Amino acid sequence: MKASRQTTLIASILLVACLGGSVLLLRGLDRVRSGATLEEVLYVPSPQALKRMSLGYDGLLADIYWTRAVQYFGTKFHAGAEHYDLLAPLLEITTNLDPHLIVAYQYGGNFLAPKPPHGAGMPQRAIQLMEYGIRNNPDDWHLYYQLGFIYYMDLKDYGHAADAFARGSRVPNAHPWLKLLSGFMAERAGDINTARMMWTTTFETTYDKSIKANAAAHLRALQVDEDVTKLEGAVARYKERSGHLPSSFGDLTAAGMLRGTPRDPLGNLYKLTSDGRVELQSPDDFPFVEKGTPPGYVPPRVPKLLPTD
Amino acid sequence: MNSRIGLIASNTFREAVRDRVLYNLIAFALLMSGAAILVGQISIDIERLVVINLGLTAVSLFGIVIAIFIGIGLVSKEIERRTLYTVLSRPVRRWEFIAGKFMGLAGTLVVNAFFMAIGVFAALLYVSHHFQASDRWLLVALYFIILQFLIITSLALFFSSFSSPLMAAVFAFALFVIGTFAEDLRGFGAMAKGVVRWLATGAAYLVPNFSALNVISSVAHQRPVSGQLILYNTAYALIYTLMAVCGAVLIFERRNLK
Repeated sequence: MKASRQTTLIASILLVACLGGSVLLLRGLDRVRSGATLEEVLYVPSPQALKRMSLGYDGLLADIYWTRAVQYFGTKFHAGAEHYDLLAPLLEITTNLDPHLIVAYQYGGNFLAPKPPHGAGMPQRAIQLMEYGIRNNPDDWHLYYQLGFIYYMDLKDYGHAADAFARGSRVPNAHPWLKLLSGFMAERAGDINTARMMWTTTFETTYDKSIKANAAAHLRALQVDEDVTKLEGAVARYKERSGHLPSSFGDLTAAGMLRGTPRDPLGNLYKLTSDGRVELQSPDDFPFVEKGTPPGYVPPRVPKLLPTD
Repeated sequence: MNSRIGLIASNTFREAVRDRVLYNLIAFALLMSGAAILVGQISIDIERLVVINLGLTAVSLFGIVIAIFIGIGLVSKEIERRTLYTVLSRPVRRWEFIAGKFMGLAGTLVVNAFFMAIGVFAALLYVSHHFQASDRWLLVALYFIILQFLIITSLALFFSSFSSPLMAAVFAFALFVIGTFAEDLRGFGAMAKGVVRWLATGAAYLVPNFSALNVISSVAHQRPVSGQLILYNTAYALIYTLMAVCGAVLIFERRNLK
């Protein structure tokens, strides 16, 4: 074999072997350094300093930090984490680098505010983020809606929620429901219909599939809570009248307390237990429900969100 | 080591010294002494941090710039001056020429980094008056910087084996920037779907991973570097360098030099 050919052959074999080896080593490095890139935020003196250091490429850097925030939340969320220490700094850096990155406020609020395991359980940081977003994007009604939503859902602070919706309703081209929501907050904030209206607004105004699926799951959960309340009320009334619990929903229908066999929002029959409780057949399909689950029920670590279409 | 490779390497080193490459040390010395005096007067409690961050970043950037700008001329200069024909007319194989050139430049960069490291430690001693036990991690950071030099030198050599010096510089610098965000690129890949996912993941594994080799911030905060990371980074850098040098050899072997 000619010397040149031999060199080519050896170099080719080495090149392929090295390529395979480098991929394997990178996988090992990822294991050794899991989360190391994200921990960089711990060394950043301030988002403003980072903006200056980006030498004008702050838009690109904001996109990178936003992706890091999504990845960080996603990884932690799927692991059922209780702590999301780096989430708020990552979002603050992202929005300082690009104050007009609306998606970072909308999702960021959703990530930060809800209690674990559904979010980071940091509603105050979420409010700070939304107020910063509003200061920089005062004409975007979505941000006011998101702010009111956090006050309403996560803090049960109906006064501030009403104020946020009212501020948003004054923005040009705001969704007409903002004005209604503001009124609802003042009059009957704890009402199930108010919650239904909030989630319906979210469902109808978002184009994002995951947010839509989340809103749909909440709407189904509200429906289940309402159904179970009504059905258990009927069971209690039946017992009062007849002195014993109904053996099935048929007894309630026969007594004129129910029309037809009750079904959950996914079309499955509700169960009536021997002790008079009403339960869902598949509670895992209904994350966020407060009623209709068997005693001692532990919901899945990651909520099961069904597709909306 | 093959004596012919050694000769080419020592010639490359001598040539780099003759080209006044090591003059960058003067600029570096001025930067470090200026920074050390300045931060001592304006910073509160972060003198060490500033000196370490600035010093190690300067070592890295000076070296990367030298590696790219000398690396891209290693082959083309020899062709331009026609000295390559003299070398190859002797019993020197083409792969030996490439390997020798690589080792010569790598050696230059190691010597350069050694003197700059002395500058960093001197500035550190000036601002904090004593060394701490955690300062040993600076040596690990410097070692990782040298591993970065090996990768970027091999890439500059690879690109210079088939393109013009200007394009080789652009390619090498672009890969350095992309490689700095290699982990983010893998993150993008993980979030994508379908063909895009495969393409992004493939590209992310192909570009050099410089982010794992950058522990400057971490050591500046006196955080230790794990032995596992040192092991993985060493193996990765050496394998990636060998891969790029093999690529350069493959192209150079088939290149028509007439």
